[in-house]
Amino acid sequence: MTDAPTADATPATTASDANAPSTFPQLLRRLAAERPDDIALQEKRYGIWQPITWSEYEQRVAHVAHAFGRAGLGPGDIVAVLGDNRPEWLLAELAAQAIGAAVVGIYPTSVGAEIVHVLTYAEVRFVVAEDQEQVDKLLGIADQVPTLERIVYYQPHGLENYTSPMLIDFAVFEAEGAEDARQRPDWFAEQVDARSESDIAVICTTSGTTSRPKLATLAHGNLLSMGRQLMVLDPVTADDRYVSFLPFAWIGEQMLTLAVGLQVGQTISFPEDAETTRIDLREIGPDVMFSPPRIWESMLSDVQVRLGEAGWLKRTMFGWGYTVGDRVAERRVRGESASALDRVKHAVAEVVALRPIREQLGLRRLNRGYTGGAPLGPDVFRFFHAIGVNLKQIYGQTEICGIAVVHADDDVKFNTVGRPIPGTELRIADDGEIQLRSPAIFGGYLHNEEATREALGEDGWLRTGDAGYLDDDGHLVVIDRAKDVLQTAAGTMFSPAFIENKIKFSPFVEEAVIFGGTGEGEGGDDITALITIDANTVGTWAEHEKLSYSTYTDLAGKPEVARLIADETSRANQDLEEAIRVRRIVLLHKAFDPDDDEITRTRKVRRNIVSDRYDEIIAALGRGDDSVTILSKVTYQDGTSAERELTLEIVTVPAEPAEAGRRLAWSVS
Amino acid sequence: MIDRAYRFELNGSRLEPGTPQMQVDGITLWFGGVRALTDVSLEVAQGDIHAIIGPNGAGKTSLLNSASGLYSPQEGAIRYRRSEEEGWHQLTSSKPHRIARYGVARSFQNIELFRHLTVLQNIALGRHVHLENRLLPALVWFGSARRQEIAHREVVEEIIDLLEIQSHRHQAVGALAYGIQKRVELGRALAMEPGLLLLDEPMAGMNSEEKEDMARYILVVNQLRGVTTVLIEHDMDVVMDISDHVTVLNFGQVIADGTPTEVSANPAVIEAYLGNDEDESLGATAREGAQ
Repeated sequence: MTDAPTADATPATTASDANAPSTFPQLLRRLAAERPDDIALQEKRYGIWQPITWSEYEQRVAHVAHAFGRAGLGPGDIVAVLGDNRPEWLLAELAAQAIGAAVVGIYPTSVGAEIVHVLTYAEVRFVVAEDQEQVDKLLGIADQVPTLERIVYYQPHGLENYTSPMLIDFAVFEAEGAEDARQRPDWFAEQVDARSESDIAVICTTSGTTSRPKLATLAHGNLLSMGRQLMVLDPVTADDRYVSFLPFAWIGEQMLTLAVGLQVGQTISFPEDAETTRIDLREIGPDVMFSPPRIWESMLSDVQVRLGEAGWLKRTMFGWGYTVGDRVAERRVRGESASALDRVKHAVAEVVALRPIREQLGLRRLNRGYTGGAPLGPDVFRFFHAIGVNLKQIYGQTEICGIAVVHADDDVKFNTVGRPIPGTELRIADDGEIQLRSPAIFGGYLHNEEATREALGEDGWLRTGDAGYLDDDGHLVVIDRAKDVLQTAAGTMFSPAFIENKIKFSPFVEEAVIFGGTGEGEGGDDITALITIDANTVGTWAEHEKLSYSTYTDLAGKPEVARLIADETSRANQDLEEAIRVRRIVLLHKAFDPDDDEITRTRKVRRNIVSDRYDEIIAALGRGDDSVTILSKVTYQDGTSAERELTLEIVTVPAEPAEAGRRLAWSVS
Repeated sequence: MIDRAYRFELNGSRLEPGTPQMQVDGITLWFGGVRALTDVSLEVAQGDIHAIIGPNGAGKTSLLNSASGLYSPQEGAIRYRRSEEEGWHQLTSSKPHRIARYGVARSFQNIELFRHLTVLQNIALGRHVHLENRLLPALVWFGSARRQEIAHREVVEEIIDLLEIQSHRHQAVGALAYGIQKRVELGRALAMEPGLLLLDEPMAGMNSEEKEDMARYILVVNQLRGVTTVLIEHDMDVVMDISDHVTVLNFGQVIADGTPTEVSANPAVIEAYLGNDEDESLGATAREGAQ
């Protein structure tokens, strides 16, 4: 094994101070004492941003903690929260932590068996749920979770006539806690004092592209050290704005909202509704943002579509501005400055093209944008830098609190994930696996020592399961999940994810899954791709082409669409070596859906499920048949399913795209 | 602190649930030689969803138009009240604007919204009947005018929340999808704090998903906010699912009246629907309902 050069491992100074807060509730107490009237949280409701100050925040956490305590919850218990991002989510989380319990977040889109899995595994007694939809789901599975005692809901509409004795309104629950607080005024402070940084704070479900999610236990100390390490590199101030709209069940959201947010005391804003997120994001104009690739990809396709519909003048102006921005960004990310002439041009481009685009996307104030959770295509990366967004890759697993490696400002390479953050050690095992060690490494999986041993080994280094290497500049390059790396017939190693991202760069493609290259078995020698189209952009394209269509299946089955996507694939092929070009594609009749298990709730494709479910299609792709007939099974939202026969066309990818030349990142045509 | 429970009473009726809210007493309406309604009588109870069904041309919309003052029946009377104290209002002899002030709100088969105004403005128009502005304070945005405006906006925002149209708040209504426009129209009717809500084919032209959504909002408005609702609807599954009471019209006459189960078992109803072979679905629904 080779030990990689590691960054300075000195822990931040505050950690050594014995009186310094070492848990989230202690941090909250400090903020409530130092800045009682500053705004801690704000939620848009009834069209207005409704603030909660730090002192109100602490008081409400205390009341909820009393309510939990009165109900007999205490150290070792786990409270589950099922709902969108609202202040109540954090109230429940911090209250649970204050009494020594941990919180486990469940993705709000989860259904039946997934919820049962988390609740039974964590032996949850109390669930805090958002609304009628979530309560209905919970009541439906309540008899499968013997430990479940109470469901506390915070959005009462529609639940007025429910009579289940398990249910209680959050407001009532909180009021009971307030009453209890009057009777024992010192209890909460004692509880907060009694906690230490080794207490489990959060339990995160691992995204589980391969199996049932495992539950990783993260202590206060893990999360806070990760936050400190990140801020050594990228300082965050109390004035920075942050919009919380990604699920709290995801480590990335816990990381910025709590591990970073509570250490500096920044204001967290919650959008009014999932559908208003983009508008609310623009209103707030966040300084920091961490989103998985799909958010950045959807912003790019948004720009592509809108520029596609814009007039000649706007397109030309943007085209010019983009070229200038791209040239300047290319130097900036290497830490160099642009030539004097380019600086002048760039100042103009900022005004006429780049700033308006950032403004439209709600990124105008953004200091740092992070992407993580899955690889982001280098072209998408480059686009954001060209328009002046400081986008950086984060690499890390839930097991290491979500972050271990990141790009430094002015040291961004589009094909790498950067260098380890301070305090994090990195090494590459002999088989090419990336291994990590830092104070942020988790305490283990809940009730699963075997998996914990597998992940941490004897020496406490986290086995990431990813294959990678360090490039000449010491940047980490992640190839792919080690077991996903494929080999061509000629023996070249390649990463399916790399090719998939090349194809997904097309605005018309939503997901691509690469097969083949094994030289044996069902996939065959040639590299092939199973593609799902982006119904929005392809739909718009079809309207422009005067193609009429009814459903997704109908649209995906159009020969014109097949030709379009084949052409797009051919374009992506131009950037790939001859040996790993995609030869044939098939357009799937449906989009991948988390309800069908084909994709995780964080939108990572579950390769094994996809190859299992569509093995006939993949075999036909490998053989090079003209078409394949399948029996398609569709599961509806209410749980029922139906089957029907469908013929999918297999398309050979042309050697050259119909229109030669490299397409600009922002252009659809 | 944000209180998530709703603050406003959107139901304008102060009657006990189950007591008569509207009485249609033997109305007859004709246009020239055409009889649209013949001696139609029915009673709508507070808190009910009361569906009026029937084949095309049976006189459903004529009945609704008579109740909202757009048509004047030659014979008979329609009475309505919102509280015991206030007593009965004669709708048949009142002008539409009067009827609106009594608290009868309605939506139309073809959407009747101000296409160039935003969702917010359209719903705020529903508050018009509750505005008591004096010219001067209103002009200078001062004192009572200002307080009033804020209070009304709060009601409107609650309706926007109830109908989940926050993301369209500032969009012009004309640019919205059909299903959303229908929801805005329901919102405007609700903004009047109606004692009685008349909905003319609220689900016409919708796909099944939009219909399900709309049915849910109608149920929310009725069950949770207690608003009495009279609705005309063609989709039998929807009617049988959500109504408390059904009146069936055919050729301008009431041929059946009762609970969905009673009505769907009524031979005259099956005859009216199956006799002309047009709507097999009612037959199926009727038989299911009868079991």
